[in-house]
Amino acid sequence: MRQFLDFEKPIADLEAKIEELRQMLEPGSINITDEVAKLTEKADRQLRATYAKLTPWQKTQVARHEDRPKALDYIGALITEFSPLAGDRAFAEDAAIVGGLGRFEGRPVMVLGTEKGSETESRVRHNFGSAKPEGYRKARRLIELAGRFGLPVLTFVDTSGAFPGIDAEARGQAEAIARSIEACLAAPIPIVATIIGEGGSGGAIALATGDRVLMLEHAVYSVISPEGCASILWRDAGQAATAAEALRLTAADLKALHLIDTVVAEPLGGAHREPAEAMSAVGLAIAQALQPLLNLSPAMLRGQRREKFLAMGREGLV
Amino acid sequence: MSWLTEYVRPRIRTLLGHRPDVPDNLWSQCPACQQMIFTKELERSQRVCEHCGHHMRGTALERLDWTFDEDSFTRIELPRAPADPLGFRDQKRYAERLREARAKTGLEDALVVAHGTIGGQRAVVAAMEFGFMGGSMGAAVGEGLVASARLAVLQRAPLVVFTASGGARMQEGAVSLMQMPRTTIAAMLLREARLPFVVVLTDPTTGGVTASFAMLGDIQIAEPGALIGFAGARVIEQTVHETLPEGFQRAEYLHAHGIVDMVVRRSEMRETLARLLGLLQPYDGEAAAENPGQPAKAPPEPASSPA
Repeated sequence: MRQFLDFEKPIADLEAKIEELRQMLEPGSINITDEVAKLTEKADRQLRATYAKLTPWQKTQVARHEDRPKALDYIGALITEFSPLAGDRAFAEDAAIVGGLGRFEGRPVMVLGTEKGSETESRVRHNFGSAKPEGYRKARRLIELAGRFGLPVLTFVDTSGAFPGIDAEARGQAEAIARSIEACLAAPIPIVATIIGEGGSGGAIALATGDRVLMLEHAVYSVISPEGCASILWRDAGQAATAAEALRLTAADLKALHLIDTVVAEPLGGAHREPAEAMSAVGLAIAQALQPLLNLSPAMLRGQRREKFLAMGREGLV
Repeated sequence: MSWLTEYVRPRIRTLLGHRPDVPDNLWSQCPACQQMIFTKELERSQRVCEHCGHHMRGTALERLDWTFDEDSFTRIELPRAPADPLGFRDQKRYAERLREARAKTGLEDALVVAHGTIGGQRAVVAAMEFGFMGGSMGAAVGEGLVASARLAVLQRAPLVVFTASGGARMQEGAVSLMQMPRTTIAAMLLREARLPFVVVLTDPTTGGVTASFAMLGDIQIAEPGALIGFAGARVIEQTVHETLPEGFQRAEYLHAHGIVDMVVRRSEMRETLARLLGLLQPYDGEAAAENPGQPAKAPPEPASSPA
């Protein structure tokens, strides 16, 4: 059963009608086939029209869609011989950040991702993609490990943010995030980061300080959630749609601000409608981003990565 | 590095004469113990309550006065950053908020940088101004921190940063988020040059500032009672539905949890910094290996620091 978002109601209605007609009469009956074809075309038009002009708030909802492919789906689709690695060697294993060795197009790589989980049980296991300090410390460990063996790092980012909890603070959440960013910046190997769903603030940048940063067409990437921003600046979480607009958090916005490198187009109706197609497009984009980085020396990589981030925010200086 | 070669002549200290936040009132009230304090006395005591020892917030300019040896420092002009990258507007335009904050504080943005001496030793100090939009970090603050690190490297001097910030500046959206890697680079510049980087966390330091350069010091100092954390207390309460423990996210709590090296009273800050900087001299590992038993260069005499 497909999950529809509120603004997809007209599409949902049409698709329900089509399904109903299909069920109602035996297949092959001419006039029904005609009617179904007509309705299908209409639904398709509606879908195209809706997705051609999604608002930032609608994109936020698409980015958070339950059926959207998650980090582990991408790893399953794009990485062979995936060998998960666990733990920060100090306190715990944090399943909100998954990672390990594997092959991307035959080449050994290190993979990292924030994993939200795809049904209740796995969502709880992965803490809904919100990592604690041990998660970021594991990320740092794996990035450093990759550096020692010359393995490119691919990250898949999808998190509403780092976990806000008493234990997380007590164990140094801020320090863990800072060190993960530092590990990305110090890495002697290429890092390609892909924002696949939600790029939630510090919890996202911890894994997204890459040589190349890709972002899916309907993904969002922001310093604060629209709800959080609205409740602070408008003193009303109900103003989330307005805040989403103001924050300029869509892939197109970030590309225009020169904060990301590539926008990866999604299948019509979003990655959740055609996950296989979406994931293969991401694979292609990662391969293209990675290729020119493979021949660069560690010093070149570090130097260019540093310059790339130092240049951000200098844009538009008069 | 054009800002370094072309920068406007250092502004002289006389410019720091005005202190916009100091009330005209003769008496001030301590927010902790509610006792009344003679305002002139409060200024003399570096805004520490004489009754209960509560450390009130100071301005960035006061911070420079309290930290450097008397009349020893020069502020530097910081590189400019784009003022309003998103054209952001909530109930008020961001451009308008910036104008107001500038008028209120007399500063361009939420960071001031100066170089001078601490206990006789050269140092660069960057101080955040909480009074400027909650000390929030946008492109200007990020750029200023990178500039302070570059100045320290150029002068072969340590960098001391006083933090006071609610976190990233929302009005700059993802541009403010990118200040986290940018300021992390600033910390890395010091490390690569083998120069000490000391962070002094003051009340309050939270969010994206804590989760970047503010946690990357060689030495982490906190002022007594300072609120320091990543997530806000209200967000944590709403997430975990638990009552927060006594003293949660306060300097002493962080010290007990191994997150900061020491909690230092304001009255002892200059002396402590001078001592630490004296112990952490710039070090060139290769040169030291070639001349075993010889310090890379003679450490300066212990400071006869003004009390």
